[in-house]
Amino acid sequence: VIRYDDVNVGDTIPARDFTVQRINLVMYCGASGDFNVIHWNERIAAMVGLPNVIAHGMYTMAQAGRVVTDWAGDPGAVEEYKVRFSKPVVVPDDDKGATLTVSGEVTEKLDGNRVVVTLTAKAADDTVLQGARATVRLG
Amino acid sequence: MALNREWIGKTFPASAPYEVSRVKIREFANAIGDNNPAYLDTDAAKALGHPDVIAPPTFAIVISFQMGAQVVFDPGLGLDYSRVVHGEQSFSYVRPIHAGDVLVGTPRITDIRDAGRNELLTWEAAITTVDGEPVCTAVNTLVSRGTAAEVAQ
Repeated sequence: VIRYDDVNVGDTIPARDFTVQRINLVMYCGASGDFNVIHWNERIAAMVGLPNVIAHGMYTMAQAGRVVTDWAGDPGAVEEYKVRFSKPVVVPDDDKGATLTVSGEVTEKLDGNRVVVTLTAKAADDTVLQGARATVRLG
Repeated sequence: MALNREWIGKTFPASAPYEVSRVKIREFANAIGDNNPAYLDTDAAKALGHPDVIAPPTFAIVISFQMGAQVVFDPGLGLDYSRVVHGEQSFSYVRPIHAGDVLVGTPRITDIRDAGRNELLTWEAAITTVDGEPVCTAVNTLVSRGTAAEVAQ
C-alpha cells in the first residue's frame, strides 16, 4: 500500500496495456446494462457514422481506473474520478481487437492525505481520455 | 432532431431502490477484467476496513444507468439513443459502495447545449442510501451526434 508521505508530485505509474475485444464489450453490455447497439452491431455503428463498433466509454474509464486502484492498494481510496471521452476506442471484429495503453502521474498533493493522479489513455495513437484524473486518499 | 431545451432543469422521479449484491459486484469486476480481492473476497475487503466487498469506482454507472433510463428514453427529450456516445463522466464518493447498500437517486438535467454539429446533454444524480446517507454524486454528459439545430435546418 502506497503511503502519502512517500508520494511526490511527478511520481509516475508505468504504462499498462489492456486488450479490448468484442467479447469484452458484450460482457460489459450485460454487466452495465448499457446495450447501445454501437457497442455490438457493426452495421448500425456504420449507419450512424462510426468507423466500426466502439468500446463503451465506461469500459475505457474502468480500465484506466485499474491503473489507479492497483497503485493505491485499496480501491476504496478513490474519492473522485472524472474523465472526458475525447476519441472512441474502435474495436474491430478480429483476433486482436484494440489495445488501450494507460499511464499515470501524481500531479497534486492535497490536504487530508489526498493526492491527484492524472491519467493518460491512448488507443491507436489517439488520446481517448482527456482531463482524466482521480483523487485518492492514501494512508 | 434537436433536443428539447425546455428539459434543462427538469428533475425526474426518484429511482427505484437498487440493492447492491456481491454477485453483481463480481459480475461487474469480471466484465472489466479486474480481480482486485476487495471486489471479490469479503475477508480481503474487511481487512481493508470495509464492511463487505466494495464496488469498483466506476460501478456507480450501473445504478446511474438505471436511473438515467427515464432521462435518455423520455420521449419529451427527443434523444435518439443510437446517436449517443458518452462525452464525460465523473463520480465523487463520500464512501465506497459496498454489497448490501440499497441506493436511490433523483436525476436532474443540468444542461443541454450545442457543441459544433453535436449537442451535449448533462444530467446528474446524488446517490444516497434509502436512509438518506450520501454515497456518491454522478455527473454524466452524453453527446447526441449530429443533432445540433443548425444541422437539422
